[in-house]
Amino acid sequence: MSQNPASDHAKSPLRRLASIPERIVRFYVDGFRAMTVGRKLWLLIIIKLFILFFIFKLFFFPDILQRDYDTDGERADAVRRSLLTR
Amino acid sequence: MDDLMTVVDWSRWQFALTAMYHWLFVPLTLGLSVIVGIMETIYYRTRKEKWLALTKFWMTLFGINFAVGVATGIILEFEFGTNWSNYSWFVGDIFGAPLAIEGLLAFFMEATFIAIMFFGWKKVSPGFHLASTWLTALGASISALWILVANAWMQYPVGMEFDPAQMRNVMDDFWAVAFSPVAIHKFFHAVFDGWVLAAVFVIGVSAWMLMKQRRRQFAMDSIRIATWVGFIGMLLTLWTGDSSAVDVARVQPMKLAAMEGLYDGSRGQEIVAFGILDPSKERADDSDPYLFKIALPYGLSILANHDHESFVPGINDIIAGVSINADGDTINTVSYAERIAAGKRAHEALRAFDAAYAAADTAAMAAAKASLRDDYRFFGYGYLDSPDEAVPPVGVTFYSFHIMALAGGYLMLFFVIALAALYRWPSLWQRRWWQWVSILTIMVVWICSQAGWVTAEVGRQPWIIEGLMPTKAAVSAISSTAVQLTFWMFAILFTALLAAEVTIMLKQIRNGSKENHADTESDGQAY
Repeated sequence: MSQNPASDHAKSPLRRLASIPERIVRFYVDGFRAMTVGRKLWLLIIIKLFILFFIFKLFFFPDILQRDYDTDGERADAVRRSLLTR
Repeated sequence: MDDLMTVVDWSRWQFALTAMYHWLFVPLTLGLSVIVGIMETIYYRTRKEKWLALTKFWMTLFGINFAVGVATGIILEFEFGTNWSNYSWFVGDIFGAPLAIEGLLAFFMEATFIAIMFFGWKKVSPGFHLASTWLTALGASISALWILVANAWMQYPVGMEFDPAQMRNVMDDFWAVAFSPVAIHKFFHAVFDGWVLAAVFVIGVSAWMLMKQRRRQFAMDSIRIATWVGFIGMLLTLWTGDSSAVDVARVQPMKLAAMEGLYDGSRGQEIVAFGILDPSKERADDSDPYLFKIALPYGLSILANHDHESFVPGINDIIAGVSINADGDTINTVSYAERIAAGKRAHEALRAFDAAYAAADTAAMAAAKASLRDDYRFFGYGYLDSPDEAVPPVGVTFYSFHIMALAGGYLMLFFVIALAALYRWPSLWQRRWWQWVSILTIMVVWICSQAGWVTAEVGRQPWIIEGLMPTKAAVSAISSTAVQLTFWMFAILFTALLAAEVTIMLKQIRNGSKENHADTESDGQAY
């Protein structure tokens, strides 16, 4: 128990501010722990995101212009050539 | 050329597949978030436990749909970089800016407040929780806004200038892009369509509960909220649909003509309420385009121009560049032959710019750029060999539009009867046939929503950007085999996701519909 209530009062907003990140993390951790249907859904989301970003994006969906050319100037030239020969 | 067209076709099929699957989830998210928000607001005001139970039940179904649907749209962005790299580069920051805003602002807004919706029942005040629910709904709609702004720009490109050195359209007026009438009408039309779709979903599921004689009061309370949301949503969808039709008549008259299978326009043009097209009809012949039709006099003139005597041009009129003004005088617009010539001049100017750029001849570059600017609005027509190539697939556009319109008319009738049944003939809700009608209407509303998008996207062919770039110029130089492979991979993935959603949702509906179901679990969550 503090001997100086006035000093405690002055510190309390700062303390509360400092505890915000911890409270946010606890909010999510508690929320995830308490889930029932949500656990299945999160598993579904994680599998889906893995397939999308680590399989589809990495192996099947390169950004063609980023992959084939080093600079924006080269990319612009490539698009200009392509559009003038279609 | 054959392989190019195969790449174009497969890329279009792939984009259509992913967009249509994505749109199975999006409108339900848009509408269900509003219905849940209304239910929670009633709970907040009355503090009656039954409204808390309703809120949690439908919020759980919203969560399932959100979880399965989230990130399915990101695949469309993957496809831009791989299949549509010319387009992706050509649109520059005009497409990038709205999508970036969508990702940064709306998606994070949605993701933050959705966590409070589901985890925060006993951790935040009821008022803050309610605000989070509504902010989730708002975030979902804002997400849709920026996507539809990007889509609307493709239908009606404004607020930019083409820079041939960068080979990009550079945005010079953000507000013209963000608040173009096409974007605004499209946005509200899509959002209200989501309200209608979610309302039908809630009514259908509730009707199933009534059929199984489970939680009858719970089902009737759900039906009451959903019927009002659906009825109001339907009126607003019709209103914004009317505004969209006026936009189409003004900025994409060829699409409107295809929607109606109209080859030769007239003043006081009728609208086909129901019709069957003659598949052997050729554009240039004089044969009747319809094998059968039921038409409403003056309908298309009213729809397109809000003037029953106004002239609505047909496909042949648009190609010939002929129209009739409000005074009845024949006026000339730009014929497609002239547009093609202007497009080819624009290509020549770009070619001259390319040569001058390579030679670092600034004077020649400036001259070529000025010449290009004169004809730029017809740049895409330079890829066409004949005006016929600028006609969208009339059959698909006509039938998808009429399926949407007929389904929309049916939905309006459905909501009128549903409302009347609520207040005048409550016993109707206990009739098995009406319960079946309500359940089967779930299919109708999804078909209606998808048909609207098919009309909008097929009807704007051959353009990926209206008048500026045809789809055949937009695709990357990749093999069609690669696109075919990823098409089937997506088809399998999305079908699996859809099956997962339906399975989890049906299980949740079955569990939630039990009379003794505990809507609140140990810590007060239903999720």
